[in-house]
Amino acid sequence: MFTYTIRRLLIAIPTLLVISLIIFLVVTLAPSDPTANLPLSIPSEVRAQMREALGLNEPILVRYLLWLRQFFLYEPLHMLDQAFGLSLAGEDMQRILSWQTRSPVADLIVQRLPQTLWVVGTSYVVGVLIALPIGIVSAYRQYSWFDQIGTFVSMVGFSVPTFFTGVLLIVIFSVHLGWFPSIYDTTLRVTDLSTFWLQIKQMIMPVAVLALYNAAQISRFMRASMLDNLNQDYVRTARAKGMTERVVVLLHVLRNSMIPVVTVIALGVPTVFGGAIITEQVFKVNGIGQLLIIAIQGGDVPTVQTLTFIFAVLIVLFNLIADVLYGLLDPRIRYD
Amino acid sequence: MTAKHALLGAAAALALAPAAFAERGSDGQVNIIYWQGPSTMNPYLSGGIKELEAASLSLEPLARYDPDGNMVPFLAESVPTLENGGVSEDLKSVTWKIKPGLLWSDGTPVTSADVRFTWQYCTADGGGCSQSEKYNDVADVETPDELTAIVRFSVPKPYPYGPFVGNQAPILQAAQFADCLGAKAPGCTDANFMPVGTGPFIVTDFRPNDVIALKANEHYRDPEKPAFATVNFKGGGDAMAAGRSVLETGEYDFAWNLQLAPEVLDQMAAAGKGEVEVAFGTLVERIMVNFTDPDPKWGERRATADHPHPFLTDKAVRKALSMAIDRDLLTEIGYGQAGRTTCNVLAAPEIYASEANEGCLVQDIEGAKALLDQAGWVPGPDGVRQKDGMRLSMLFQSSTNAVRQDFQALIKQWWSEIGVESELRNVDSSVFFGGDPGSPDTFQKFYADVEMYANSFDGTDPEAYMANWICEEAPRPETQWQGNNMPRYCNEAYDGLVAEMAKTGKMDERIALAKEMNDILMQDYVMLPLVHRGRVSARATSLGGFVMNAWDSELWNAADWYRVK
Repeated sequence: MFTYTIRRLLIAIPTLLVISLIIFLVVTLAPSDPTANLPLSIPSEVRAQMREALGLNEPILVRYLLWLRQFFLYEPLHMLDQAFGLSLAGEDMQRILSWQTRSPVADLIVQRLPQTLWVVGTSYVVGVLIALPIGIVSAYRQYSWFDQIGTFVSMVGFSVPTFFTGVLLIVIFSVHLGWFPSIYDTTLRVTDLSTFWLQIKQMIMPVAVLALYNAAQISRFMRASMLDNLNQDYVRTARAKGMTERVVVLLHVLRNSMIPVVTVIALGVPTVFGGAIITEQVFKVNGIGQLLIIAIQGGDVPTVQTLTFIFAVLIVLFNLIADVLYGLLDPRIRYD
Repeated sequence: MTAKHALLGAAAALALAPAAFAERGSDGQVNIIYWQGPSTMNPYLSGGIKELEAASLSLEPLARYDPDGNMVPFLAESVPTLENGGVSEDLKSVTWKIKPGLLWSDGTPVTSADVRFTWQYCTADGGGCSQSEKYNDVADVETPDELTAIVRFSVPKPYPYGPFVGNQAPILQAAQFADCLGAKAPGCTDANFMPVGTGPFIVTDFRPNDVIALKANEHYRDPEKPAFATVNFKGGGDAMAAGRSVLETGEYDFAWNLQLAPEVLDQMAAAGKGEVEVAFGTLVERIMVNFTDPDPKWGERRATADHPHPFLTDKAVRKALSMAIDRDLLTEIGYGQAGRTTCNVLAAPEIYASEANEGCLVQDIEGAKALLDQAGWVPGPDGVRQKDGMRLSMLFQSSTNAVRQDFQALIKQWWSEIGVESELRNVDSSVFFGGDPGSPDTFQKFYADVEMYANSFDGTDPEAYMANWICEEAPRPETQWQGNNMPRYCNEAYDGLVAEMAKTGKMDERIALAKEMNDILMQDYVMLPLVHRGRVSARATSLGGFVMNAWDSELWNAADWYRVK
């Protein structure tokens, strides 16, 4: 297992390098201009100077290599400096700067991560916690009224887009009832019970919207996987041995059914870090998703490049984690 | 409209005068939402309007423009003019006197050295200063004493209010930015995010594109202002959500730039929690006519003066295109109260608006048909007019934007009624307005027959704006496709007027010249103005002292804001 993990990690390095090159080329060759959104009253010569100051006149290869060096060498050094108060990074080691804010991209990510993890992370956990029991019961009592309702709700969650459910919730609960704020306050610090309550209030709507979507997806996987296993011979054997239904379903069937579901859940975790572009926009959560979308709109290549690459790393990593979890869940799977 | 606003503002100020004498910081927090969040507080590094507006809470120029477009001194004691001797007779220097006793928010005095430094900062090599245009032709800024700054120009400047005036050119503190010149500018993140300023508020926490927390500047020059202790400046979301948070839920006090469908805005305002504020600046939505042939068969030289356009060089065709448009309907559908019809590309300030072209306000399909008939363009078998085998068939491009696509569809319909065929195309605005000479889809390359977008100018002086349409400004391969003369219009008489304006200092003569230039462009149908667009924002009813301003930052008088009790 250990050697397998090491081997996979080593294979990941060239994979990620290729990914980074592809991302870089796609982002750089796309026809966008960081000065395009400026007022037309700024003349083209000034725009040209601004582009030059951003380093846009350098050849593409030079920019790519510079970014690689910044990402793998300078940024970690700066991070160590910040964490331990060292001074490893030299004066000339320029960090990756966003073209829009002219500040380090890493700082932006650190600033955006808490609200994304709070909102999107909570919604993922809530979604999983709702989805698993629904999936199990739906499968065990297939075609019962509970299963029918579960199917209906997941169809709704699956097919109604979040920009619709989000705005719907805002109109009902913010505009008409006035219960929850429609705008997320990222500066809120939870220090006591009342601020904790405020935090809950502003999280309820975005979390509900995203949890519905996540739960819809995962509960369908759970149900299908349970159904596959419920008709297997070993289930009959277990029942024949006189085990209670509780043990049969929750120990024997569930453990076997979890294998594909774990993959789905594990592969969904990177999307938590990626934020939820639409839901974040709707509720003004201003997390990673919003950072990415405004960077794309603003032609902010360093930010888009860095963010998408971090997502790529997370996806590769969680693929590996899912594979390792297989081995733990299913003794029949051995990698060595 | 501006006069009405000034009256309203004055009335509000009078009616609520007692509240204005409240102490500093007595009115709690004011909540502002900009659906595009500012990414820096340093206007010289961004140039975007959202950054200019946010920065105006902290940073101030020597003089700003009021809602009528007049200059009002802010850091300066008065506005220098030829009459008061502040501007020299040769129009080559202007002397600014700073108000005595002004302090930066860190308690140090504001001096003429800061003024000089600001000029150096924006003109330093490698800094990519977005407002360097404002400091064009400045040869030096002399500082004979602590409170006097003399701006010396290398050429006569009939309108010397580019440097240090208006939203775009505020004064930076020399002490804070001293090590941030040129290429080092972006590295000074702390200074760029939390500038020391003279304005009513200073930044306490800056989260780019998300939220800015500001508090009252304790060294602000008026000891009783600002009435608000803190500002919560939120960014993000979309115009609809921003409007809703002020007009419907009342969570915010001010929402900026609500370019929404008129009926949506009216519906929101009906909730009664706030009011929609409109002010008109210089922004005019227009259709540009291409005088050169964009046909791909010309290769590199397509859309250049080498190949005149086969039919748009015929004035009758251009005029017919203009006559077929119903500007009233466009304004009503697209902008509601945030727009008004115009027949001038120079529609504001009021004093510059010509009245010679009002004929365009009435749609005249029959007249347009007759005009084309007369010019020999007769309908072919498919209804499209033609002459000598040349069909009136055009490519009509614009940037991607819901209102613009509605406009395109309507105009296409009207043009088809007069026998002109048009194919519609829209390009993402970051590509369309991006200056990439490698892209065939930019508005400068203009590989189409007509194109629609909006343009405006900073401040109130149209000299630079009117100079956009001289021959030399035509984008072409030799200029890497840069330039502002999109129609590639070339008229010696027009160029002559531009040159004359550049050396005319007297206001009434300048007005006459600008009007004459506007009339040439309009009566030659070089561009077809459609709508004079205003700025639309929303203000909560409980926010007092707000005066909408289209000539400067909309937050220009944030120091005077207070909470209506």
